[in-house]
Amino acid sequence: MIQSIWHFILSLWPEPLRLVLFVVGIMSFVGLNAAYLVWVERKGAARFQRRPGPTEVGWAGLLQPIADAAKLMSKQLIVPAGVDRTLFRIAPLLMMSPALMSLAIIPFGEHLAARSINVGLLMIFAFGSINVMAIMLGGWSSRNKYAIISAARVVSQNVAYEIPMLLVVITMIMVTGTMNLSEIVLQQAGGFWHWNIFRVWVNPLAPVTFLIFYTCMLAETNRAPFDMAEAESELVAGAYTEYSGMGFGVFFMAEYANILLGCALATVLFLGGWQSPIGILPGVFWFLVKMYFLIFSVVWIRWTFPRTQFYGLLNLSWKILIPVSLFTLILSSAMMKLIHA
Amino acid sequence: MKKSLKEFATGFNSLVTGMRITLGQFFKPTVTVHYPHESLKMPERFRGHIELVRDPETGKAVCFACKLCERACPSDCITVEGAKLDGAKKKSVTHYVLDFTKCSLCGSCVEACRDGAIRYSHEYNLASTNKEDYIMDLFKRLESERLQDESVGQASAPAGLPGVPPGVSPPADPPKANQPATPGAQPPAAPK
Repeated sequence: MIQSIWHFILSLWPEPLRLVLFVVGIMSFVGLNAAYLVWVERKGAARFQRRPGPTEVGWAGLLQPIADAAKLMSKQLIVPAGVDRTLFRIAPLLMMSPALMSLAIIPFGEHLAARSINVGLLMIFAFGSINVMAIMLGGWSSRNKYAIISAARVVSQNVAYEIPMLLVVITMIMVTGTMNLSEIVLQQAGGFWHWNIFRVWVNPLAPVTFLIFYTCMLAETNRAPFDMAEAESELVAGAYTEYSGMGFGVFFMAEYANILLGCALATVLFLGGWQSPIGILPGVFWFLVKMYFLIFSVVWIRWTFPRTQFYGLLNLSWKILIPVSLFTLILSSAMMKLIHA
Repeated sequence: MKKSLKEFATGFNSLVTGMRITLGQFFKPTVTVHYPHESLKMPERFRGHIELVRDPETGKAVCFACKLCERACPSDCITVEGAKLDGAKKKSVTHYVLDFTKCSLCGSCVEACRDGAIRYSHEYNLASTNKEDYIMDLFKRLESERLQDESVGQASAPAGLPGVPPGVSPPADPPKANQPATPGAQPPAAPK
């Protein structure tokens, strides 16, 4: 009965319904993840320091994100005097929306992608560079010296890390020959040795490529040890200093949404997306396992390494990551031309 | 070139080592005390506020109101009154109030006491929003303790624990904190 009604609705109105479902699905996925990744972060941080972490609100502190959200929403939204109000208010939205939009083309399962576009990768990186502008706008429009220092840092950091990231992605596009994320995943079918991270016969440095991608992802999302944008011990709260209440909350959620997107992308590009490594269980499960493992590693790295110095940060990018990623690019193009021609 | 490659290799190796160490810590049990739900046992020589010592034989206070502690107190926070009860040789204390708002925990009173009638308590959960909670009537506490002991176990109470008389315990406090620390007892979860 329900099924027949369902089919009737679908036949009557297929495309808009699909869109609405995916919009609701992605929004709630990002919202829930942003909220509960904060819990994961706090629990993980506590466990790495051998503390129990949040325990008071709900079982094992599971209602903590709801309490945090309620607190943030009840705060006054302060716009400091002499601030460009429009830019100040737009900045958090500008940070959140690209992550939401990019998630529309991530294939969570074989048939579970809102859109399968053939320039998917291009779209993600086009939206990804809006992030820099969002933090810069937030920092600049705040009219606060810490925020401006942070904004300046963010720009030079993200520009420096966008280059090796794109070089690595270009290598991957050359190897896979497509920018369609679903097709990239389809190419990695059958056992984990077919994943792009182990595709050493085309790109002998594939694992290194993955490491570069992951490092750049950390830097692009402003995560420790590259959290120059926030650097709470030097710059109060960096670009977010003047934000209060949900304005800050949206920045905070956007940070986790971007981590989610980065880890999902790393999973698709290198770890075989929804392909099962041993051939059992549905694809969505494996996608989530891989993605959450990468997210756990983000937390793990944050609580292992201290923040790098700004010079160290730029040195790592310009002196190590860019030459190495250029080398992999040339090496794999040579391999493709000479051996796999 | 060779030097920078070597530097890169050792640097990468140290990153991996760091990750391994933190992951090792991740799976070990926690070491913190969940404070409001559990609190540490104070060591034997912890110097908290003072409390009156009970004579293990009679169950009454050892103090006979000589007022040496009152005189020794630099901030004038102790008030002692005593009276000679019928048929007793010495005076005995009838009123002993410690104004903890003024006390600086210097310990001069305990040093001045020649008969070991006051000692440091192991109580430390003393936070309150009410100033009156810090005007501590130590004599009343001791008496209520004594009466409680007598009503609970007539036989075992007075001569029960000769060396370790029970600590002063206001009723509303968390249970673990005010138990007397036995010698050599460790706090429940001491970090290594």
